[in-house]
Amino acid sequence: MGGNSPCASCKLLRRRCTKDCIFAPFFPSEDPHKFAIVHKVFGASNVSKMLQELPVHQRADAVNSLVYEANARMRDPVYGCVGAISYLQNQVSQLQMQLAVAQAEILCIQMQQEPPLMADHQQQIDSDDKSNYLMHNSNMISGMPSLMNFASPSNNVATQEPLKRESLWT
Amino acid sequence: MSTSSHNSNNTSPSPIINESNQRRCAACKYLRKRCSRDCVLSPYFPASLPHRFACVHKIFGASNVARTLQQLPVHQRAQAAEAMSAEAYWRVQDPVYGSVGVINLLQQHIYMNQRELARTRAHIAIHSPTRGPCSPWAGLWTSPI
Repeated sequence: MGGNSPCASCKLLRRRCTKDCIFAPFFPSEDPHKFAIVHKVFGASNVSKMLQELPVHQRADAVNSLVYEANARMRDPVYGCVGAISYLQNQVSQLQMQLAVAQAEILCIQMQQEPPLMADHQQQIDSDDKSNYLMHNSNMISGMPSLMNFASPSNNVATQEPLKRESLWT
Repeated sequence: MSTSSHNSNNTSPSPIINESNQRRCAACKYLRKRCSRDCVLSPYFPASLPHRFACVHKIFGASNVARTLQQLPVHQRAQAAEAMSAEAYWRVQDPVYGSVGVINLLQQHIYMNQRELARTRAHIAIHSPTRGPCSPWAGLWTSPI
């Protein structure tokens, strides 16, 4: 740590690496690129403030996620991580549509067939509950800023909450 | 509007300063500086959305955002500003995982939806054999990032 060899951040910032350097546990000198990329995207002082506001046991995860985001932004300076998120939202939308179609099909089959399917109908109700859970339990997603016009051909999830976008930023 | 008589009898700031204050974008207001006509941030951080810039500044820093936008062609800057605002928002909401947490959550949703779809299609296959063979796995496996 801050003994004889300065950490990657102190090397890059050209300063003395003290033994309580906040970066030292997460940016060893053997991997200078890791800190360079985080510094380029977020800035050392911002990263330092973010880490200081976190409990010690969460800092490693925070650093890893910052490195991931910084790498994504270096690969794609326009969309960064948001490109991947938009793509995944699209996939979720498509799967939910396919699920709705399949559930409608099961309902049709049950209506055409005989009562012995009542046990299956109960399973279908359970399946509906689970689907509703999937659709309504995405609090993090429904509260996100609208991702309209991001890099995906269609983004049904993003277009569901245009009004919420305004309320987030005012 | 006559400004000279307006100013002669009170101590309010000169109308020129008031006018430029009103034209300042959220970034220049936050940073307390004059908003020039070619301010790179002003098209994307209007004064009506102060929290948006506050988030972005907290996570990325104004100079990093300005530099990123300046390095991009003009037609891509709006999208980049939007994306950075979204990432900053998620990071403020979740200081440990930020947008990576959102990615994880979406991947979990995809996995659960795929499982549910496979189960539902298996039900269809069981109860409607006349519909012909239809693999419950058809069209399911797309690789999430």
